[in-house]
Amino acid sequence: MQTNTIYILLADDDEDDRTFFRDAFAEIKINANVNVVHDGEELMSYLKRTDIILPHILFLDLNMPRKNGLECLAEIKQLEHLNDMAVAIYSTSASEKDIEESFVRGANIYIKKPNDFDSLIKTLNIATTINWQYHTDSLNKDTFLLRIE
Amino acid sequence: MRLFLKLDINSICKTIIQEQCEKLALEYEILGFGEVNIKSAVSDAKLQELSEKLAVYGIQIIENQKSILIQKIKDTIVEMVFSDIDTTLKSSVYLAEKLNHSYGYISNLFSEVTYTSIENYIIIQKIERVKQLLLINELTLTEIAYKLNYSSVAHLSTQFKNITGLTPSAFQRIIGKRRNNIEI
Repeated sequence: MQTNTIYILLADDDEDDRTFFRDAFAEIKINANVNVVHDGEELMSYLKRTDIILPHILFLDLNMPRKNGLECLAEIKQLEHLNDMAVAIYSTSASEKDIEESFVRGANIYIKKPNDFDSLIKTLNIATTINWQYHTDSLNKDTFLLRIE
Repeated sequence: MRLFLKLDINSICKTIIQEQCEKLALEYEILGFGEVNIKSAVSDAKLQELSEKLAVYGIQIIENQKSILIQKIKDTIVEMVFSDIDTTLKSSVYLAEKLNHSYGYISNLFSEVTYTSIENYIIIQKIERVKQLLLINELTLTEIAYKLNYSSVAHLSTQFKNITGLTPSAFQRIIGKRRNNIEI
């Protein structure tokens, strides 16, 4: 049923990564509606639109031109209408510093981009499923942290 | 004059569903007997309206019935995890007794609807409780493990790491920093 659809937004400047991401969601059992934006500026103007259904989860690349992931995250945390949206950092970096800083600044999920397609499917499946629990059962979003490698 | 009718239930139902969906301007697709895919976004109010319109013809949207039971299962689990109910009972036995259905039935239904299993849901709820207790900062991890019936601290730590990807102490540190960050 429509009420079970998960809205997903990916902000990533790499075209291949965007394609893999979409393809991976096609393999996942969850009924997902995936949208993509290409950089931080486009992301922020998208999230301020009033004619969209806000995503349940935003997958956010850290290294993007124009406005990087952490800058976007800081802005998102200032916007009240985005309180219910989970933010998943989706990055090639696995440095402890990046991970901790992302969480401290308010990210809920930290995903190191997997190297192969099967792991990508698995990773996105875990992230989406757990996030769905938080969404449907109003678990405490403030303490929702998930790190996936 | 007496007429004898040959009824084609399938097309009658199909027509009724078509008419009602069109009245509500829903974009739909009939998938087969007893299954309709609504393609447009539907508000709860609209779904309720459709449900009432169809009820006149004796057609019931069963998703609701299922959701009610799913909600009961979830509530029972939350109650079980958060109120220190007699934990000597196995959770499968407890749920079956409490909900008056066989565990096999509720377990299958749960997996079908929620994208997760009952076992996993219980673990997620337990970790939620662990997080809560960690942040209140009154109990040590050992005491929390004992309180929530883990066989050892190691077992609790492993399960915490499996669910969150973080160790309990990393979790505490991050939330602590985040709170300080907000205060500044």
